[in-house]
Amino acid sequence: MTVTQGSSPQDSGPHVQRRQRVRAGAVWATVSRWVIYALLLFIFIAPFWGVLMGALSVKAVRAGQMALLPNGLTLSNFMQSWETSAPYFLNSVLVAGAALALQVTVSTLAAYALARKKFVGAAIVSLLILSTLMLPEEVIAIPLFLVLRDLPLIHLKLTDNLWGMILPLAGWAFSIFVLTEFMRGIPVELEEAARVDGAGDIVIFTRIILPLVRPALGTVTVFGFIMIWDQYLLPLIVTNNQKLYTLPVMLAQLKADELSLPNVFLATTFLALLPSMIVYYALQRYFSAGLLSGAVKG
Amino acid sequence: MTTARRRAARETLVAWAFLLPALLAFAYFKFLPMLKGIQFSFYKVNFGGENTWVGWNNFRTVLGDPAFRLAIWHTVVNGIAVAVISAAIALVVALALQGGTRSVHFVRSAIFLPAVTSVAIVAEIFKLLYYPSAQGPLNMLLGYVGIAPQPFFSSPDTALASLIGMQVWKAVPYDTAIFIAGLATINRDLYDAANVDGASPWQRFMNVTLPGLAPTLTIILTLAIIRGFRVFTEVYTTTGGGPGGATDVVMTRIYKLGFETFDYGLASAASTLMFIVTAVLTSLYLLRTWKKT
Repeated sequence: MTVTQGSSPQDSGPHVQRRQRVRAGAVWATVSRWVIYALLLFIFIAPFWGVLMGALSVKAVRAGQMALLPNGLTLSNFMQSWETSAPYFLNSVLVAGAALALQVTVSTLAAYALARKKFVGAAIVSLLILSTLMLPEEVIAIPLFLVLRDLPLIHLKLTDNLWGMILPLAGWAFSIFVLTEFMRGIPVELEEAARVDGAGDIVIFTRIILPLVRPALGTVTVFGFIMIWDQYLLPLIVTNNQKLYTLPVMLAQLKADELSLPNVFLATTFLALLPSMIVYYALQRYFSAGLLSGAVKG
Repeated sequence: MTTARRRAARETLVAWAFLLPALLAFAYFKFLPMLKGIQFSFYKVNFGGENTWVGWNNFRTVLGDPAFRLAIWHTVVNGIAVAVISAAIALVVALALQGGTRSVHFVRSAIFLPAVTSVAIVAEIFKLLYYPSAQGPLNMLLGYVGIAPQPFFSSPDTALASLIGMQVWKAVPYDTAIFIAGLATINRDLYDAANVDGASPWQRFMNVTLPGLAPTLTIILTLAIIRGFRVFTEVYTTTGGGPGGATDVVMTRIYKLGFETFDYGLASAASTLMFIVTAVLTSLYLLRTWKKT
């Protein structure tokens, strides 16, 4: 009736205004949401992208420069990098493969005992294993080196030897802990039925328990791989022999050697981060399961 | 009775057989080094010759060394700064990335990459990002907003802060994931009640979200601080403790004592001290959580 409503039909004026305001608010919210996403992706992903683009560039990036788009596309940096880095890559893969297989096997066996057996000393064993969750590997690095030089009782020398980088990773409380929790959830009836049929522990372990804990095995495999690929101090103390260096240890040496081209160095860096990237993105569904238990790992 | 007892004995035997590989691994590579480390702390370790007992001398030397004290200070500052700053940023990121739409899922899993990347590789990437000339990637970005080029790792004034920045970058995605899981456990009814009461978004955050996240926050901070004390690879692969000791931390000192001056006794004593601090902090934390439940 008054001037404010102007030309609009008298019953819808304020509503239209409010609707428009709501719509403008929604647009604003969507835009700001996408700005936040873009910002986060830029901060956390662009550095990796820069490494890859530099590694793919024909034209040499100058030291300390990163490209968001490649300067001409080529794989020759990767090929050149491979010529020098292949043996170290192989060392890393050998160590990771052997250590992971060992770690998962040892953990599964231990978890079976802890989750499915009542025995004298169970509490103390769990406590001892759990206590190492919070024991940083770094704290025991020096004495570990001294132990690896000459393993007590069996007098084995594990320094200057890939086994020295593998065996210390066999026992990891985190994976024992995750697998034990998971195995506790398997109904006893399944096991008892098999026992009535005359199945022994080995049959029950391999035929009943193992197939049922497959999701947890996925979790400990992914986390184990990431943990093992992250190892730096252990390979560093185990050997001074350059032939035995793993890729991350070699990477630092390469950088010190100013002869290597920046693009080739970027290619080597990308090769070194590729395995954990593939494992993470390919096996992501196993990841979230372990993340919360991961919050307690040391 | 006897069959029951025989069965129990058999169970125990089977259990120990399954546990044997793990026990060997832990004994040889965790507990034995721990005990040896404590033992070596009281000796001057001579390779080839006999070790000589030196009593508490190693501990006295370590604690009396100004370089080592400075390293302890850096370790504490670094540990607390990384823990607090990453948790604060991660909390904001987690709030922005709540919910279950496809785009949120994509962003969430994409930005997790730094958390799974090896520390040594993160270090290489940051040496590039932090390139100290005006053309360095980060300096170029700073240039756009009118900030002068920074020397980052190459100056004693900025090296520690740069190290903290690098670790925060790696820690934020991890903390975010934990926070998002924590947010999901908060009772939705509380938000509805707050809405009914006409609470503003800020009031909702202060009175519902933050109290609901308190347990998650405690876990994240405590573990990050405990873990922060062992920082090594981050420092060793970037600044090596330099320039001029500006980023020396306890572990880089220990490494130098052990593998550069070959004084394993001294290095063991320093490790033992660090072990005691970690053990005390961990027990306090466990005691607290245990009391609560």
